[in-house]
Amino acid sequence: MLDASAPVVHQHAPPTSFIRKWVFSVDHKVIGKQYYGLALISVFLGMILSWLMRFHLVWTNAAIPGLQLISKNGAPGGVMTPEYYLSLLTMHGTLMVFFVLTNAPFAGFGNYFLPIQVGAEDMAFPRFNMMSFWVTFVAFVVLIAAFFIPDGPPISGWTAYAPLSAVGRDAGPGLAWGQTLWAISIGLFCVGQLLGSLNFIATTLDLRTKGMTLSRLPISTWAWFITSCIGLLAFAVLLPACVLLILDRVAGTSFFIPAGLVISDHLQPHAGGSPLLWQHLFWFFGHPEVYIAIVPAVGIVSHILMASMRKPLLSVKVVYSSMIAIGFLSYMVWGHHMFLSGMNPFSGLVFSFPTLVITIPATIITMIWIGSVYGANLRFHTPCLFSLGFISVFVAGGVSGFFLAQPSLDIQLHGTYFVVGHFHMVMGVAAIFGILAGSYFWFPKMTGRMMNDTLGRLHFWITFIGVYCIFMPFHYLGLAGNVRRYSSFVDDYLQPLLPLHKFITIAAFITGAAQFIFLYNLIYSRFKGAPAPANPWDATSLEWSTTSPPPFDNFGGRHVVVYHGPNEYGVSGAHGDFIMQDSSEPGPEPVPGD
Amino acid sequence: MQVVKVCTTLVAALSIAAIVTAAPGGGTVTGKVTYTGTPVKPKPIDMSKEPSCVKQHATPEMTETVVTGPGNTLENVVVYISAGAPAESNASSAATFDQKGCHYQPHVLAFEVNQELKITNSDQTSHNIHPLAKVNQEWNKSQPPGTPPLTAKYEKPEFISVKCNIHPWMHGYFAVLGTSHYAVSDGSGEFKLPNLPPGKYTLTAWQESYGTQTQEVTISGNETKTVNFTFTAKPY
Amino acid sequence: MGKLLAVVLVLIAVGSAIPILMHTWWMPEDISTHGHMIDRQMSETMAESGIAFVAAQLVLAAFVAMFGDKKDGRKAKHLPGGAKLVVIAAIALVGTEVLALGVFGKDAWAEVYFRKPVADAIPIQVQAEQFGFYFRYAGPDGKFGPMHPEKIDEGSQNFFGLDPEHDVESRDDIVSASLVIPMNKEISLMMHAKDVGHSFYVRELRIQQDFVPGLDIPMHFTATKAGKYEIVCTQLCGLGHYNMRAFLEVKSPEEFDQWLKQQSQ
Repeated sequence: MLDASAPVVHQHAPPTSFIRKWVFSVDHKVIGKQYYGLALISVFLGMILSWLMRFHLVWTNAAIPGLQLISKNGAPGGVMTPEYYLSLLTMHGTLMVFFVLTNAPFAGFGNYFLPIQVGAEDMAFPRFNMMSFWVTFVAFVVLIAAFFIPDGPPISGWTAYAPLSAVGRDAGPGLAWGQTLWAISIGLFCVGQLLGSLNFIATTLDLRTKGMTLSRLPISTWAWFITSCIGLLAFAVLLPACVLLILDRVAGTSFFIPAGLVISDHLQPHAGGSPLLWQHLFWFFGHPEVYIAIVPAVGIVSHILMASMRKPLLSVKVVYSSMIAIGFLSYMVWGHHMFLSGMNPFSGLVFSFPTLVITIPATIITMIWIGSVYGANLRFHTPCLFSLGFISVFVAGGVSGFFLAQPSLDIQLHGTYFVVGHFHMVMGVAAIFGILAGSYFWFPKMTGRMMNDTLGRLHFWITFIGVYCIFMPFHYLGLAGNVRRYSSFVDDYLQPLLPLHKFITIAAFITGAAQFIFLYNLIYSRFKGAPAPANPWDATSLEWSTTSPPPFDNFGGRHVVVYHGPNEYGVSGAHGDFIMQDSSEPGPEPVPGD
Repeated sequence: MQVVKVCTTLVAALSIAAIVTAAPGGGTVTGKVTYTGTPVKPKPIDMSKEPSCVKQHATPEMTETVVTGPGNTLENVVVYISAGAPAESNASSAATFDQKGCHYQPHVLAFEVNQELKITNSDQTSHNIHPLAKVNQEWNKSQPPGTPPLTAKYEKPEFISVKCNIHPWMHGYFAVLGTSHYAVSDGSGEFKLPNLPPGKYTLTAWQESYGTQTQEVTISGNETKTVNFTFTAKPY
Repeated sequence: MGKLLAVVLVLIAVGSAIPILMHTWWMPEDISTHGHMIDRQMSETMAESGIAFVAAQLVLAAFVAMFGDKKDGRKAKHLPGGAKLVVIAAIALVGTEVLALGVFGKDAWAEVYFRKPVADAIPIQVQAEQFGFYFRYAGPDGKFGPMHPEKIDEGSQNFFGLDPEHDVESRDDIVSASLVIPMNKEISLMMHAKDVGHSFYVRELRIQQDFVPGLDIPMHFTATKAGKYEIVCTQLCGLGHYNMRAFLEVKSPEEFDQWLKQQSQ
């Protein structure tokens, strides 16, 4: 830790050329914005894919003008074929889970704000950091390339179950080069994430400034730190799984393919492999991955809530301890994705128990949030609205998990829209609300300009009501047994459900359109927004103690010394009802009711 | 001398005329394809997962791996000149293959290399046509109802098994031939190959379960030759 | 703003609950012998989760309405009992739910998976393939002939790759595109995948199980009501996944015997 009187030594000199400043930059702030930008492109692309999918489900044989230009085979005459629907579904899931939910809240905001929040000048390994972004970018390009090859993108879902994904083009369109490109892309993505996780852990442990003990870390930093620990092991398992999949596809190995399979009238030349092996490897990664997607949002929302409520949470220690418990338990539950997979049914009971138990720390965090609102002085700006909205949708998504955690209920609900509703509520809505809350909260710091709060509120209201209109009905469809991943609904029992699907599709178009309000606000405010002060939200953590935007070394040569924890809200401070972490004023009076 | 010259010219002219007028006419090979033994019984096809197709058949469609006619005859046998004829293409129009009632029409479609193949979907359901080519390029494409016909071409001769990826019972064949002299035996097992120039030919008959048989035939002028094929049927 | 958010939260909570309470979109009637255990579990879970969901939205709504910044200099205060109360309440509430559902829920699972089929269950083999289900009955000799993958010929309806010419036991095997069973008799289903992963789901029977290539998986169930029900595939298996189904026909024992006899001819 730095001595306040020591001379300033910069980690790296400020860049001068355009390429070094904005393209191949080692500055964590630029890298954070690059990740965020990549996530922004991915989320709008993923959203357009979902529009195409929802349209096709309701108006199955209608032509979508222009679609045949993107894929002649996938949409002859503009009418989507069944395989093209599945390839859009696969790309939607892959883009959203990897390139949006892992990129934005973790790599995006984490890269930008973790060094600043711990009082450091940059990440521990700036060049690794730059490499991790560019590897992720190449992964993105490889994935998108699958749209433009003749055979089209893969059709096996983001979960890519074997042997469908492993045997090659016999299994259908998209399963030739498209699937291989997918596996290469995800393998590269894992490398990028591993490099990033290493950086986050090293920076949090070693680059904290003087006075920044672990217990004084902002809750968002705790979240990024815990997420990177989860990610290190999870991505380290997905990477070899992708390698094995590629080998099965191109090198004639049979890790995931048993003998005797007849596909497209060809007896497959493989023997000895196990489809269940892929599922175990994938979900051993896949379950921690969903916590990688949500834990940063939990941290960001907790961080923003305190600034919005003007009081600390009932106990920040309980919250990050619960996050650690969730991280730990997340490695014990992967089999709940496989209750009906054909693995030993006794395993079903074994996995069910920790899955139910993981509800406990999640409930503790949620009840701490709600309990903390009691007695607050809420300021209802846009970041606050999205944070409160996050609590609501996190509860909605969490309770449906309770059903799926029980194997006996999974018998009825597995593979239905109930599952789709559950994971969209927690990931597609809650995690996105965390990203949006963080965007509105940190935009002033990152750009030096304020976003338009009126547009922000409009965006919130349409989105908040819209997501319930879209995803709550998914649960009803699932209870009725509506199977998922169907490109159209031809079964008899599905016909009475079509009006509900129409309602959902229209809600999806409206809610999706509202996201362009956010995009417009982002772009307009970037250039024409009102100038932002250093601390527009009266918040306590170190990012608010520096200029908006921060100088290249974050603190302008100043040695930051930390005197307080990050939760001093609702106290008598020199500048208001809060005390900043690096303020040398004396400690607070206890909050009434403590 | 004058008379000899005129006569020679006349004879030459008449010969040329005879040869020239003989070419479009040509010889014909006709015949019948029959079987001995007991063939496999056709089985009814259960299309219940696709009600829009079930509705189109008053009685269930039967399997067509072996289609017999009265008098122990075989339908859907492709008979063609496999040797002796110059490679030529006569195809001016497209060969059409229709998906109707979840059934391929015709069951065996014979056409030439590089001839345009047109595939139509006359049903209310999507089909996915998958010709399992081994020599030519293998492809499969989905065809939602109401979309334009698919077109394709094959460059090499091959007997290609065709299946529908979505409806497992749908099966047919493309007989891609390197000659314009071919026929497919009809419901009475009969076939006819007209317009054959004089020459020594190898005639091949192909049946999807029983394989191929060959016979030699020589055409000298405008005569009609009869060539019959008999396959040995198998009960299984 | 706080009051508006509170109103919206209440509307969301009530609006979401109504279709559940009214069973507007719900599970179809149960025609199985074990399904009542699953249905009871479902109702209990729905009650507990439903109450938790609605309560959380309503309490959040109340607090959001009451505790906006009134700019009157009032100091923020904590919930009496603080974090300790919350943690104890969370552990008590969820802990008991977890125990109750986890411990009592295992009976339904055990009934489906932890016992073998009864001795006189009717054995039926089901093969899942891209994109249909085909069923095989052993026929009068009670034996299933061996399967030869290289002999599969769909054009002649030989989906199982049987070789009746050389395998005597195959000659009387009955292959059907529909699963026809008698009422009130346990069926022992042997599940085999021909190509990739599929799944077998009958909503009314309250059973679902994946097919795994390379594994032959046993299932058993008993249907209690005659009728025609849909069997659908729930595991993404390729482009025709949406169109992969078969019909389950539950008949009276006499009608079933008649059907079986007809198939043998």
